[in-house]
Amino acid sequence: MKQLPSSGPCVLQGPGENAGVVDVGDGQAVAFKVESHNHPSAVEPFQGAATGVGGILRDIVAMGARPVALLDGLRFGGPGWSFARAVAGVGHYGNSVGVPTVGGDTVFDAAYDSNCLVNAMCVGLLPADRVTRAGAGEAGNAVVLFGASTGRDGIGGASVLASQELGEAAADKRPSVQIGDPFTGKKLIEASLELVEQGFVESLQDLGAAGLASSLAEMARDGAGIDVELDRVPLREDDLEPWEIMISESQERMVAVVAPHRMGEVEAVCRTRELACARIGRVTDTGKLRCYHEGELAGEIPADLLTDAAPRYEVERRPRTRAHSAHRPRGPAHTQALLELLASPNVFSRRRVYEQYDHLVGSRTVRRPGIDAAVLRLRPSVRGLAVSLDGSGRKSALDPRTGGAQAVFEAARNVACAGGQPLAFTDCLNLGNPEKPEVAWELAETIAGMADACKALATPVVSGNVSLYNETDGIAIHPTPLVGCVGVVADVRTVPRTWREGDAVVLVGDPKLALDGSEYQALYGRVEGRLPALDFAAEAKLVDFLWQLSPVLSLAHDVSEGGLAVCCAEAALWSGVGAELDLPADTVALFGEGGGQAVASCAPEDVPKLRGVPVHLLGTVGGDTVCGVSLADLRQAWEGIDSVF
Amino acid sequence: MTRAKPRIGVVVFPGSNDDRDAAWALSALGGDPVSVWHADEGLPAVDGVVLPGGFSYGDYLRPGSIARFSPAMEAVRAFAADGGLVLGICNGFQILCEAGLLPGVLRRNASLRFVCRDVEVVVERTDTPFTDRCRTGDHLRIPVKHGEGSWFATEELLAELQDRRQILLRYAHGDNPNGSVGEVAGVVNESGNVFGLMPHPEHAIDPLLGSCDGAVLLASFLDGAGRPACAAA
Repeated sequence: MKQLPSSGPCVLQGPGENAGVVDVGDGQAVAFKVESHNHPSAVEPFQGAATGVGGILRDIVAMGARPVALLDGLRFGGPGWSFARAVAGVGHYGNSVGVPTVGGDTVFDAAYDSNCLVNAMCVGLLPADRVTRAGAGEAGNAVVLFGASTGRDGIGGASVLASQELGEAAADKRPSVQIGDPFTGKKLIEASLELVEQGFVESLQDLGAAGLASSLAEMARDGAGIDVELDRVPLREDDLEPWEIMISESQERMVAVVAPHRMGEVEAVCRTRELACARIGRVTDTGKLRCYHEGELAGEIPADLLTDAAPRYEVERRPRTRAHSAHRPRGPAHTQALLELLASPNVFSRRRVYEQYDHLVGSRTVRRPGIDAAVLRLRPSVRGLAVSLDGSGRKSALDPRTGGAQAVFEAARNVACAGGQPLAFTDCLNLGNPEKPEVAWELAETIAGMADACKALATPVVSGNVSLYNETDGIAIHPTPLVGCVGVVADVRTVPRTWREGDAVVLVGDPKLALDGSEYQALYGRVEGRLPALDFAAEAKLVDFLWQLSPVLSLAHDVSEGGLAVCCAEAALWSGVGAELDLPADTVALFGEGGGQAVASCAPEDVPKLRGVPVHLLGTVGGDTVCGVSLADLRQAWEGIDSVF
Repeated sequence: MTRAKPRIGVVVFPGSNDDRDAAWALSALGGDPVSVWHADEGLPAVDGVVLPGGFSYGDYLRPGSIARFSPAMEAVRAFAADGGLVLGICNGFQILCEAGLLPGVLRRNASLRFVCRDVEVVVERTDTPFTDRCRTGDHLRIPVKHGEGSWFATEELLAELQDRRQILLRYAHGDNPNGSVGEVAGVVNESGNVFGLMPHPEHAIDPLLGSCDGAVLLASFLDGAGRPACAAA
C-alpha cells in the first residue's frame, strides 16, 4: 500500500484516518472514502448492503463532514435476487438518511457468483479548517459513547465474515450480519455534526468492525491510553459478557472525546436527538487500553499492539499463469452485435438501479446518474464536484497490473468527462485469499499498476480499504480494484450536457485496442488473451484534455465496456438525438477496449480548439439513427422492459 | 396587501431529509423560512407551514403514522383550522393524510420499489393559493422520490373529491410512477388551505438542477401565505 502516492498540495488528510480529506478551495474541503461490505452482503444482501452504506457514512461524519453523496460499486454473478436485494439495501439506507446516491457501477460476472462485492463510497463536505481527527487528545478527557445501544448483533462480524472464505455454511452465518437502523443512523449523523459544528467534541470515531475494541484502540495513540468502564455502556440486553461488549458490532454508534466541561452540552444534544449517550471512560497517559467491569480490571493491552505494532506477514507471491489461445471471438454483423451488446447485462441501462436511489436530496445534483460521473454543485458558488467510482475485474484477471492502472485512469476520465479536474482517489481492493501465492501476486501487481497510473496523473490516493478472502470453496473472485475519484468543476454551468443538432462529433485518444478482455469477447468468445499495453503519458494527457476543454464540449463520453460503437449509441440515447458518423469498419476498432478514448462533441467552429491529443472527426449530430440503427431500436435493446432486470 | 417576505415554518421531524432543501427553495423564491422542531408545542408567528419530505421516524410502522403525534402537529392542526396555509411534500403529504387533515392514504408503490425520477404532472385547478400562478392544464416536470406514494381512496371518496374539485395535480397520462388511483399526485382539503403532493417542487426551482417547474407551485404558496386575508377564502 505504501507504493501509492498519498501526498499533494491539496491533501489535508491522507490515509490512516477514517477518511481522506482534500482542500477544494474557497475554504471548503471534501472527505471521502470507499469501503467494502462484501462478506455480509454475500450472506444477507439487503442488510449487508444497507449496513455497508451506514458504515461508510459514519466514517465521513467522523471527519466532521456532512455527507453529500454516496456511490456504490456492485459485482454480482448475475442480475438476480441477491443483486436486487443489495440494490434495495443501498437505497433503504441512503434514501432514509437523506444522502443522495449519485453514481457507481455494476458488473455481472460468474466470478462473483458466490462472492458478490458491495463497495460503498461516501463524499462529505466540511470547512477546510475544521478537519476532525480520531485521536484521544489530553488525559482527563471524557470518552463518550452515543447512538444506539449495544447488543449481541454482529458479534464477531469482522472475524466470522470478513476474514474467512465462505463455504457451504454461509447460511448459518446470517445471524452474524448486523441489522441497520437508518433512522437512528440519521439521528446520529445530525447529532454528530451538531457536536462538531458547535465545537463540543475534541474528536469523533465511528464504531465499525470489531466494535469498541478497535475504535478505542485507534483513538488511543501517540502515547494516550483509555480506561473504559464497560458497566456504563447502554446495553440492549443486560447479560452481555465484557468481551461481547467490547467487540459487538451493533450499528449506529459513535465515540466522542469530550473535554469534561463540555459534557452537559453533549448530553443535551443527544437528548434532543433522542439518542442514548454515556460517559464510558476517560483518556489517560498510560498508552494502554484498559477495560473495567464491575470494578475489576477485565482486560489490558498496549493500544498500539492492535494498530501500528500489529504483526506483519511476508507472503509468497507467484504469478498466475493463464492459457492463451489464438481463438478470435466471432460475433454477428456489426449492427446486430451493437444491439446485442447494449442488451447484455454489463452494458444495459442502469436506470432501474439508480431510480431506486434518491439522487436529488441536498439540491446539489447538477448532473444526475446515468453517464460517466455525477456533478454536485457547491452552493452557493457555481463550482462543483464531479464524482465517480469505477473498477475492473475481468481485465484484471488477465493482467492485474494493467487492470489496476485502467481502473485509476477510467475513474479520472469519467470525472474529466464531466468537467472535473481530478483531485484525489480512494480505492477498495477486493481480492481472494492472500495467503495463496497467486492472490498475493495479484494484490502486488494491482497496487503497482495503480501506483504507476496515479503517478502519471500526479494525483494522490487519500483513503482506501482492502477486502481479502473473497473466495468460496477455494475459488477466488477476479482481482477487483474499485477506484473512486473526486474532481473539482470550475463552473457547473459549463458541464458538458448533451449532443446538440449540428455539433461535430470527434473521437479523442488513439490507444492500442484489443478484443482481449472486452465485453465483445465475453459475449461472443472466451475471456482470454493479453491486454494491450497502456501509454501512461497519453492516458494522463487525455484526462487533462477532457477537463480543460470541457467548457467548449457539449458532451464527452468515456469509451468503456462495449467499445466505440456502444459509446456512440449511449451518447445518442443520453442526448435523445442521433448522428451521422463515419465509424471504422474494423471489429477491433468498433468493439475493442484497452487504453483511454472518449467521444466528444462541440460546435463545428470549435473543432480547431481541440488540440494536444489525437482527435479524429467522426461526423455530425442530427437525425434519429446512429451506427445505422434507429434510436428507438437502440433504446429498446438498452432499456427495454424484458431485457435484463 | 402582500407582505415582502412571507415567513414559513418548516417543521423538522426526526428523520426529515428535505427540510434544508425546502428552506433553501423558499428562501430563493423570496420567502423567509424558519425551522420548527417537531417537539415544539407551538408554532412561531408564521404565514404558512411546510411539512417537508424525508423518512420521519424512519417510516417505521407506516410513513407519517408516528410523526402525526408530534406536539408540533397539534399546532399545525390549529393553524390549519384558523385558515393558515399548510403544504405537505411527500412525507409531509403522508403525515397530513395520517393526521386526517387530507383525505386518502398513501400505499406502497405498485412496483414495490422506491422510485426517483422526473414525472409530468397536470394542473387541474388554478383558483387555489397553491396553484394560482399556473394555468389549468399546465404540464409541470417535477421529480418524485418515494417508496410509498401510491395515493388511494375508495371510488366513492374519489368521486366526492372530484366533485368538490379537490384534486389539484394528476400525473400525466402514462407517467404515473406509483399506481395511485385516478392518477392523483396532489390533493387539497375541502376548505382549500391544506395541500399535499408526492412530487418535490423544492427540487425543481433551478434549471441547473433539472427543471424550474416546481417554482410556480412554491411561488403560488408564498403569494398565498403573504395574503393571509385571502388564504381562507
